[in-house]
Amino acid sequence: MSAIQPPPDRIWWKQPLDRVEGTWIVIAFVWCMVLFFMMPYWHIYGKQNLSNEAYRTTPEMFSKKTQEVVDKYTVRTETELKIPVVHPPAGSDVYLIARLWQWWPMLELEEGKTYRLHLSSMDYLHGFSLQPENINIEVHPGYEHIVTVTPTKPGTYSIICNEYCGINHHTMASKLYVVKK
Amino acid sequence: MAINRNFRTCPTTGLVFHEQGEKLIRWNAVAGVVSLLVGGVLALLVILTRWPAVHLLPADWFYLALTAHGLDMLVFWIIFFEIAVLYFCASTLLRCRIAAPRWAWTGFFLMVIGALTNNVAVFRGDSSVMFTSYAPMGAHPAFYLGLILFAVGALIGLFVFLGTLVVAKSEKTYIGSLPLVTFGAVTACIIAVFTIASGAIILIPTFLWSLGLVNSIDSLMYKTVWWAFGHSSQQINVAAHVSIWYLIAAIVFGAKPMSEKVSRGAFLLYIFFLQLASAHHLLADPGLTSNWKIFNTSYAMYLAVLASMVHGLTVPGAIEVAQRQKGYNKGLFEWLRKAPWGNPVFSGMFISLIGFGFLGGISGVMMGTEQLNLIIHNTIYVPGHFHATVVVGTTLAFMSLTYFLIPVLFRRELMFPGLSKWQPYLFGLGMSGFAVFMMGAGTLGVPRRHWDMTFAGNPLGHEFPGAAYLMMGLMALSGLVAIVGGVAYLLITVGSVFFGKKIETPDFKAVTVREGRAAWPARQPVAVAIASHGNIGLGGFVAPGTFTLAMVFLVAFVLYYFVNWKYLSTVWPLS
Repeated sequence: MSAIQPPPDRIWWKQPLDRVEGTWIVIAFVWCMVLFFMMPYWHIYGKQNLSNEAYRTTPEMFSKKTQEVVDKYTVRTETELKIPVVHPPAGSDVYLIARLWQWWPMLELEEGKTYRLHLSSMDYLHGFSLQPENINIEVHPGYEHIVTVTPTKPGTYSIICNEYCGINHHTMASKLYVVKK
Repeated sequence: MAINRNFRTCPTTGLVFHEQGEKLIRWNAVAGVVSLLVGGVLALLVILTRWPAVHLLPADWFYLALTAHGLDMLVFWIIFFEIAVLYFCASTLLRCRIAAPRWAWTGFFLMVIGALTNNVAVFRGDSSVMFTSYAPMGAHPAFYLGLILFAVGALIGLFVFLGTLVVAKSEKTYIGSLPLVTFGAVTACIIAVFTIASGAIILIPTFLWSLGLVNSIDSLMYKTVWWAFGHSSQQINVAAHVSIWYLIAAIVFGAKPMSEKVSRGAFLLYIFFLQLASAHHLLADPGLTSNWKIFNTSYAMYLAVLASMVHGLTVPGAIEVAQRQKGYNKGLFEWLRKAPWGNPVFSGMFISLIGFGFLGGISGVMMGTEQLNLIIHNTIYVPGHFHATVVVGTTLAFMSLTYFLIPVLFRRELMFPGLSKWQPYLFGLGMSGFAVFMMGAGTLGVPRRHWDMTFAGNPLGHEFPGAAYLMMGLMALSGLVAIVGGVAYLLITVGSVFFGKKIETPDFKAVTVREGRAAWPARQPVAVAIASHGNIGLGGFVAPGTFTLAMVFLVAFVLYYFVNWKYLSTVWPLS
């Protein structure tokens, strides 16, 4: 009799559990509950939770709003593409466009201040990957995702794309500056 | 049309093969191995490109090769082989003729045509959209059409499997309940039907969109429904390779389930909960609430994880009980030390079990935790995880099964028996290292599906730490070991099937069912079945060694889980 033959005992469900199995099921079940309740727990007591705030948008609407912020708060431009570096006031709304194959504009934030970062894509899916923090957020076209972020350490960070978006995907990278107030 | 009722009995194993069923099993397995060969060549190219020191392919070829590698391995190799396994579990294990063999062949040819169409689309160069083909990035219509044809063929195969179960029941080819392994195959089949339905719901509109008949495909809708296909297809693998673990335990050790109730209950949990996993891919996405994410990503409340943890205990537990009953009853681990480690059927299966649990299972729960996903999403940690589950887990389990099937099904002796002893270790350990180093690189932020982590010539590029380059180099080296293991596997299987020494059985002939069916197994009285574990084990535990291993697993799991939370707590606050 084995696992490749019908159970020898017609009413096999009456066979009592072995102690090994019973004990393990209880332990595993308790652990599964810990795994489950850690997530709501972190929503209440943890500081790193992805925002649920998102709206439908269009590439036109989103680039218009981004352009307004860029016009107001650009402090300098960088690289030969003259990408604007935006230094918005602490606590304000910051916009970041993902498009083939660029993040636009570049951001300069202040340490310890909280910002509402708006993310949307103009075309395909992109992956917002902040390095070396290693915070990774998916960016969809047609959705405006608003994430509240608080940079904790000054420095130069990279934003790379980690959702495959076509032949030049690997060239899609940008900088994010965090400065001391 | 007369029904073909020709059967043969394998002289060494006593298994009964139906003439048509046997051919179908063979051809599906062969088609799978051919896909594995193509996917394996592509794997080598991908490894050599992601190894920063080599960086072999140009970008366009890299993305093409990666797309084709994903499809040939994750879809074509695995599903062809799974159809073979389903036919084996229905026709052979139930000693039953395969239902509607013409339909089964129709399904097979549709799958072949679909796989070819899809591959042609990718190799033409205008469909390098990756395995996931996320809309609104579009591929050539033939890309989607190939997948749809393949899925229709596979669906026909699934219904042939279910039909065979009906035939077996009505022709009374077995008594009582289905064998556990067949029950596991039914689980795989049910999940597969759900998978293919989801695939149809998303791929048909996307196909029409690629032809210009549908205006737009919403990216979030696509991703949500596509993963009900993409992730569930991997859950078919879980159900299938767990069934194969039980199958191999039964073949090699004559192991019977510790208790039918527990093992079947765990499969039932798979049926209820595994399909929720689409959410694993949406944890870092906008537009879905945390409530939705938490419920779905945890398979309700980790009930499918519970099921896997149960199988992880009951499979080695069944082996331990069988070994102890044979007299290897000393201490905690004599049963394991005295196991046939030189038999690739066993060693492959056991490495698959350990690798799937320790590497694939634990990392899967990490990534599938809503908040922890933020520090893992789309890094190379993700392919690290699924190479541990799908390659070390599923592919290695399938490989070890083929070592059993070649003499039984193809009636050929294994060629290179010395090499075959080493193959599971080369492949399994190489692949485990590959997965672990990928996870290490992912923890350092290295992205997946990325041609150039050095960002050469890019003034805004990111400079990864030296440790990330070290991890990628070690990943490539381990990957090459696994490739050697893969080549060995192909050499042994293809060599044996075509050139292996024929196994001649003097009285071999296919006979019609009336004379050919083996005698019914004798029925055991209830009392014997219940008391059958006898006086084995330690301290009231029949499988104390397995329980110890399970506790080691749990400790590793708990530690690694909280290390990740600790790491998460150090990154920028987000809300």
